[in-house]
Amino acid sequence: MIDIQNVTTSFASAEGRFTAVDDVSLHIQRGSIQGIIGFSGAGKSTLLRNINLLERPTSGRVLVDGVDLTALSEPELRTKRHGIGMIFQHFNLLNNLTAQENVELSLKFAGVGKAERRRRAAETLEIVDLADKAGSYPAKLSGGQKQRVAIARALASEPKVLLCDEPTSAVDPRTTSSVLQYLADVNAEFGITIVVVTHEMNVIKAIADNVAVMEDGRVVEQFDLIELQRPGFHPATSIGRYLVSDEIQLQRSAPADRPAASVERLINA
Amino acid sequence: MLERFLEVLPEIGAAMGQTLTMLLVAIPLAVLLGTPLGVLLYTIGPNGLKHKPRLHRVLDGLVNLIRSFPFLILLIAIIPVTRFIVGTTIGTAAVIVPLTLNAIPYFARFVEQNLSQLGGGVVEAARSMGASRSQIVRDVLIVEAKPGLVSSITIMTVSFISYSAMAGLVGGGGIGDFAIRYGYYRYETPLMITAIILMILLVTAVQLSGSYLARRLDKRL
Repeated sequence: MIDIQNVTTSFASAEGRFTAVDDVSLHIQRGSIQGIIGFSGAGKSTLLRNINLLERPTSGRVLVDGVDLTALSEPELRTKRHGIGMIFQHFNLLNNLTAQENVELSLKFAGVGKAERRRRAAETLEIVDLADKAGSYPAKLSGGQKQRVAIARALASEPKVLLCDEPTSAVDPRTTSSVLQYLADVNAEFGITIVVVTHEMNVIKAIADNVAVMEDGRVVEQFDLIELQRPGFHPATSIGRYLVSDEIQLQRSAPADRPAASVERLINA
Repeated sequence: MLERFLEVLPEIGAAMGQTLTMLLVAIPLAVLLGTPLGVLLYTIGPNGLKHKPRLHRVLDGLVNLIRSFPFLILLIAIIPVTRFIVGTTIGTAAVIVPLTLNAIPYFARFVEQNLSQLGGGVVEAARSMGASRSQIVRDVLIVEAKPGLVSSITIMTVSFISYSAMAGLVGGGGIGDFAIRYGYYRYETPLMITAIILMILLVTAVQLSGSYLARRLDKRL
């Protein structure tokens, strides 16, 4: 469904060029949920933005549903984006629009007429169980509800792909489960291919079919989540092992009593 | 005293009418023309949707140029332009030209500032939904900036009540001019105080209704 081929994305910065994504190739199966995990600055959000070309790769190709997005003109790309939904860590809803109006927005951009917009937005809010909040402004909604409105907004234009940028990083653990459940449901019900970028391994474990581990702009390893249940399976890289262990590891001795850079050692353990 | 007051009452009424005329023409025109200019300044600016450094420098410089003129100087400096546009260089109509010319870049800056404070999140979301640049401006940026823009219009209107007091220089009239003529030139202090009270009332009314409207529009709470 999504084919990322040798994608590199670099930016001009004060200290010269900075490469956020470094020669990444990744194939994402139709109807699957692909996780992308890594620490801050690993390049995972940039890679996600490479898929809908919010961030145009410096080199490489991105194919979605067989179409090379990097070869499209600006208007063609915009049309294509109606078929690729996206949600964000901070929801990015318009504060001055109601939930219903926010959902209608993606349809408005897709050129859908007013009556049809209203009908489909109401329908989509139903999917995320927020029909009763249609007239509420985002300020009156909880974090989880805001993310569900954002999910509805992304789903309204009936996309084949849903990109999720840290979708649960700004909500509490219980809300995390609820948001992920809605994502799992739309995947199961509509067969939407989902890509989830996160730094939380429990999110990956809960929802992903496959995971790609990123470090320094590269995908350092990939595996099926089923592998985790196989006894004796260990991620090949130290960062993969650290992320899979998913525990905060501290040393409770005085810092003076242990060698420097021990945090680094923990990660590489 | 009361007699004198009744004597000039029609003149006070006329002066208020002139002030309101100046504002009711200049402010809407400034909003109408300053908004696209401000949107353009933001759009082609360093953090805009389509950065065009050279055009931005030119427009930015032009806006600064007009804004550099003290209003009194601008009023005189553009007399030939005023004559060309309204066919006269004296009277209320003649003041409206420099008022508007001054207000356009003034408001454009407000628009630019309001838009750049919105943060990139909503723009990014709109782009991900396949919005074109004009859709982003119309359906996202302006919508989110609306309460801020109403506050800006309020601030601008209050400033221009003050600027309109200089209209007397070219026979434009207005309540500020009334205060100068009767209070300063004729030492009729009570009349000047009357004019000042009227201006205070005008400013208060503008500020209260502007704040109320901005609050009503703002759904961030």
